[in-house]
Amino acid sequence: MAILELKELSKHFGHLVAVNELDLTVEDGEIRGLIGPNGSGKTTTFNLVSGFLTPTKGRVFFQGEEVTGLPAHVVARRGLVRTFQLTALFRELTALQNVIMACHLHTELGLFQQFLRGSGTRQREREMEEKALALLDSMGIADKKDEIAGDLPHGHQRALGIVSALATEPRMLLLDEPVGGMTPAEAKETMDRIKMVRDRGVTVLLVEHDMKTVMTTCEKITCMNFGNKIAEGTPQEISMHQDVIDAYLGGDTEAC
Amino acid sequence: MRRNDSKWSVGFPVLAVILVVLPFIVSEYHVDVIIMLLINVVLVASFRLITTTGGWSLAHIPMMGTGAYATALLTAGLGMPFWLSLPLAGLAAGLVSLMISYPLARTKGFAFFVASFAAGEAFRLCWMRFKVPFGGHKGLTNIPVPELIPGVVGPDFGEAIPYYFLALGVTLVCLAIMYRLDRSRIGDTWKAIDSHEDLAKSVGINVTMYRILAFVIGSFFAGIAGVLLAHRLWAVVPAQFGFVTTLYLLVWVVFGGTRTFSGPIIGVVALTILREFLKPLLEWVPLIFGTIIILTLIFLPGGLEGLPRRLAPLMRFRIVWGEGVEKSPEGMETESSSRGELKEAGV
Repeated sequence: MAILELKELSKHFGHLVAVNELDLTVEDGEIRGLIGPNGSGKTTTFNLVSGFLTPTKGRVFFQGEEVTGLPAHVVARRGLVRTFQLTALFRELTALQNVIMACHLHTELGLFQQFLRGSGTRQREREMEEKALALLDSMGIADKKDEIAGDLPHGHQRALGIVSALATEPRMLLLDEPVGGMTPAEAKETMDRIKMVRDRGVTVLLVEHDMKTVMTTCEKITCMNFGNKIAEGTPQEISMHQDVIDAYLGGDTEAC
Repeated sequence: MRRNDSKWSVGFPVLAVILVVLPFIVSEYHVDVIIMLLINVVLVASFRLITTTGGWSLAHIPMMGTGAYATALLTAGLGMPFWLSLPLAGLAAGLVSLMISYPLARTKGFAFFVASFAAGEAFRLCWMRFKVPFGGHKGLTNIPVPELIPGVVGPDFGEAIPYYFLALGVTLVCLAIMYRLDRSRIGDTWKAIDSHEDLAKSVGINVTMYRILAFVIGSFFAGIAGVLLAHRLWAVVPAQFGFVTTLYLLVWVVFGGTRTFSGPIIGVVALTILREFLKPLLEWVPLIFGTIIILTLIFLPGGLEGLPRRLAPLMRFRIVWGEGVEKSPEGMETESSSRGELKEAGV
């Protein structure tokens, strides 16, 4: 079953066509890689899907429902959560507060409830705190809960980023360069975590430059260039696809 | 909780005694200075509330003016009692800010700065241009002295000391509410938005709604400060709410810092005391304040509240300050060393 479907999705910035009539279908439960040279429209696609940009043309369907042009926070509430680099955190808040913020989605508390904090509200806050603590514990950073996120070492920040993404209880995650700037060992560890997340039933679409990571993690890869989809298939197919090789080696791209 | 209880158990009674005794041991002139200080404390605290979402509103003083004008019209014009007018005038400021918040919420950073200034100034121009009901340049006068219970003989709030206690009571209630908000999840959400707006959106926070909420609540309390001002001066004129007043507000807030709840309050108290000492050098005050602000920005970017944290690594003491964040010197070291390297620490 398709969880995410893009139909002829286009985004124009003035005369520049950043994304050109992109059709993309992601199946439920897969890890899909979105690759392409710089400026090929990957990040724009992410922004269009997650509601940070409004498409010029085309439609986006998530779990069979149209989400085209909805504001980002509404898209997130539907279960389609976009992350930034994994160290993107609320740096001034504590680790625990970060996770609780991310639980926001599923604990709809009225503003007055949040202010007055009656017994029912406090009960739910406590539940949320327990849930957040359990998530922190699953990544082994429960003891860091009261530290300011920005002061944590990098490794802990990344773990916290993943915990925060999970706390939103997404159906699907859009990961923007999850292993950017990491050593190979760190990248492998992170990808293992992402696989763990997928095994919990979360579909993953990721943009990544690190070819090794993409080839070893993703079951299916879509390659873009100049806003167009130029190839789609298994890692083996993609690595041998002539257009992909041309795109990366700066060959004659007119051919596609 | 994050609060350090032992600090408060000593601090509160001492502060309470000082606040009660203070008006009886200083001159009447100084009581008036302290009343103005209390009003300004509400003003800076409400300003800081808006800054927690990342917006520095230059419409804050005009919002204070809205509250002042509203109470003038409600009490002097319609004969409404003070205690009813107090929340209503605050609501009026909140409502006006709600009206301008929709376009303002779409701006951020510098654009918000300019747009809020323009919006605030537009209101001030209205007060100047419309003789009815705002009285034009001369403003509104004959604002009545508040009565404790209407029609019953009570303390004379026309006198400085009784008015001090009235202002003190209102100020403490306002601060308590704002402090509570700051510590609630609403306050955390505001800080999260300031910290990383896109991330906030992607975890499902309605950023625009929370921005507007902060702006409206902050303006409400600015309106309350305006009410306290109007009933002390018995008059409101548009000139009081001009850009110079806004500049003073910014100086207080920048000097104190906005990171903690107490920062701006420390700023306004310190600068008010300084200003009283500088009384003989009256014409020099703007120059001195200007110098202070420049020096603060260069040497103390976080304001006064950041000082103990900056000194802590030098003194190698365990510090407890502001938010009650406890950090040992060792903790500070790991922070500075680990940020540079990509070292995994036990994940």
